[in-house]
Amino acid sequence: MARAVSTRTKVTNTAIAGTLGFMMFFPILWILVLSFKTEEDAIRAPLEVLFSSDWSLDSFAAVQARSDYFKHFMNSVIIAGGSTLAGLIIAVPAAWAMAFVPAKRTKDVLMWMLSTKMLPPVGVLIPIYLLFRDTGLLDTRIGLVGVLMMINLPIIIWMLYTYFKEIPGEILEAARMDGASLREEIIYVLTPMAIPGIASTLLLNVILAWNEAFWTLNLTAAKAAPLTAFIASYSSPEGLFYAKLSAASIMAIAPILIMGWFSQKQLVRGLTFGAVK
Amino acid sequence: MGRIQLKQVQKKFGEVEVIPPLDLEIVDGEFVVFVGPSGCGKSTLLRLIAGLEDTTNGNIEIDGEDATDLPPAKRGLAMVFQSYALYPHMSVRKNIAFPMKMAKLDQATQDAKIEAAAKALNLTDYLDRRPGQLSGGQRQRVAIGRAIVREPAAFLFDEPLSNLDAALRVGMRLEIMELHKKLATTMIYVTHDQVEAMTMADKIVVLQAGVIEQVGSPLELYHSPRNVFVAGFIGSPKMNLISGEEAKKHDAETIGIRPEHLTVSTTEGAWKGRVGVAEHLGSDTFIHVHDTGLMDMMTVRISGDIQVQHGDTIYLTPDNDQIHRFDAEGLRKS
Repeated sequence: MARAVSTRTKVTNTAIAGTLGFMMFFPILWILVLSFKTEEDAIRAPLEVLFSSDWSLDSFAAVQARSDYFKHFMNSVIIAGGSTLAGLIIAVPAAWAMAFVPAKRTKDVLMWMLSTKMLPPVGVLIPIYLLFRDTGLLDTRIGLVGVLMMINLPIIIWMLYTYFKEIPGEILEAARMDGASLREEIIYVLTPMAIPGIASTLLLNVILAWNEAFWTLNLTAAKAAPLTAFIASYSSPEGLFYAKLSAASIMAIAPILIMGWFSQKQLVRGLTFGAVK
Repeated sequence: MGRIQLKQVQKKFGEVEVIPPLDLEIVDGEFVVFVGPSGCGKSTLLRLIAGLEDTTNGNIEIDGEDATDLPPAKRGLAMVFQSYALYPHMSVRKNIAFPMKMAKLDQATQDAKIEAAAKALNLTDYLDRRPGQLSGGQRQRVAIGRAIVREPAAFLFDEPLSNLDAALRVGMRLEIMELHKKLATTMIYVTHDQVEAMTMADKIVVLQAGVIEQVGSPLELYHSPRNVFVAGFIGSPKMNLISGEEAKKHDAETIGIRPEHLTVSTTEGAWKGRVGVAEHLGSDTFIHVHDTGLMDMMTVRISGDIQVQHGDTIYLTPDNDQIHRFDAEGLRKS
C-alpha cells in the first residue's frame, strides 16, 4: 500500500520546497535582472530596479567592448574540455583495472585518491605556483589543463569505477569465451555498455572544470584566462559595477547552464554516483 | 571431437584449497553432469575447464593436447552462463554473430549459420530484438545459439536453467537433451539439482568440497552409491539412512533404504512408526513417518494413493534385497 500523505502535509511540503528552491535560484535570477539594467538603475532599491527602471542591453555592449569575451570563452572550452578528455584517457583504463581485476589494496587506493580531494587547494598553491613559474607554465592553457585534470581525476575515476562495477562480470567472460581480445572486449562490449556512465562523467567534469575558479584565477593573467577570470575582472578596485559584473556573469555561465539543461537526465544519474541502479 | 582429461588438477584461492588434486576423463560426445551441493566446487571446476580460472597445479588436456595455459577462446569450448550473459546493447542477430565476428568469418557464412541456429532454436522472428525484449527462455536460447555457431569441441553449461520457472525448466531441459542427441557434441553441465542430473546425464560426477565422490551413469549411482554422501544426495525423496542397532543386524555401521523400497501396512511389519505428513502427488504418495526409533524421520514412497491420517500407527517393511550397507568410513560394503 502506498504511504498515505494528507493534503495539508503535501501543501506544507510543497511550500517549503518551493521557498527553498526560490531562495537558491534567486541570486542567479537577480544577476539576470541586473544584467539588463544600466549602472545607475542597478544600485537602486530592489523594487525600483524591478518596476521603475528601463531594460537595456548597454551592460552587455560595454562588457563586450572592454574585454574580449570570445577569447575567454575559447580558453574555458579548451581548459574544461581538454582537462576532461585527458582525465578520461587516464581514468578509463584505471577504473577498468580496479573494477575487473581488483587487488588486495584496490579499495585503499580508491580511498586514498578520494582523500586528496579533502586537502584544501590553497595548501598546495605555493608549491604549484612555483613549479609553474619555473617550468614556464604560468598563464598557459596547457598548464591549466594539467592542473584541472589532476584535480578532477579522483572524481572521474570514482564515477567510472562505480559504473564499471555495475556491468556483470559474466558478460565480459562471455566475450572472452567468444574469442574477444582485451582490446575487442573493451571496444565492442565494455565501452558500449558503459557509454551512459562515461557520458555523465564527461558532462559533470566539464561543468566542474568550467566553474573552477581557484586555480584558474591564481595561475593565469591574460593569455590563458578563462571566463572565471573574465568575471573576476569586473569586481575590481576601481569600484563595483553591478550591471556590468552581472552581464559578464551571465555571459560566462550561460553556455554551461544551457549545456546542463539539455543533459539533466545524464547529470542526475552522474551525481548520484551510480547509487541508483 | 571433444575429449577432455583433467590430470591432477588443483585449484587454490589464496591459501584455501577449493579443489584438491583430481583426475577426470570426459569421453567425446558424452553428456556429463557435475552435481553437488552449493559451494562444492562444481562451477569452479567448469571455469577451470573453460579457462576462466587458472589452475594452481595439474594439466587440462582437450583432444589430447595440453590446454592448461591456453586462453578461453583458444580452447574451442563454448559456455552458456546462468545469467545468460548476453550483450544487452546488441540485437539477437549480433549476439549470435559475435563469436564469428571475433573469428573473422566472412559475412555469408555468418548469415547462413545465424539462420540455421535461429531456425533450430525458434528464434527467427526475434533476430532483430534486443535481449531486454525477450523472455527468460528465449534469452537462454540466444545464449545457446551463440554457443552453437562456434561449433565447439564441447559445450559448457553453468546452471543454465536455474533462472527459469519450473515449467519452462522442464521444457528447456528437453531441448538441451535433444540438442545433444542432434549435435552429438560433448556437453558438460553443472547443476545443484539432482533431478536434472539424473534425467539428462550419460555420466554424473558427484562432488563434495571439491572432491569427486563418485562418477557413473545415473542408474549406477542410484543402485550402487559408493558412499553415504552419494546415497543421500542422489534420489528423490532422499534415501533413509539408519545407523545403530538396526544397522548392526545387517553387519554394517549405516544402512540405507530408499523410500520406494519400503512397503506399508497398517497392521503388521518390521518397523513401527507414526504418520507425520503425507504428501499426495496423485501418482505417488510420500509419507513421512516419525517415532520409528531408527532415525528422526523416515520417508516412504508408495505408488498410487493411500488413506492415512496424521498420527496413525503404521508399519514399514524394507525390501531386504534393496538395503545398502556402509561401513564406519561411510563406504559401501559390497
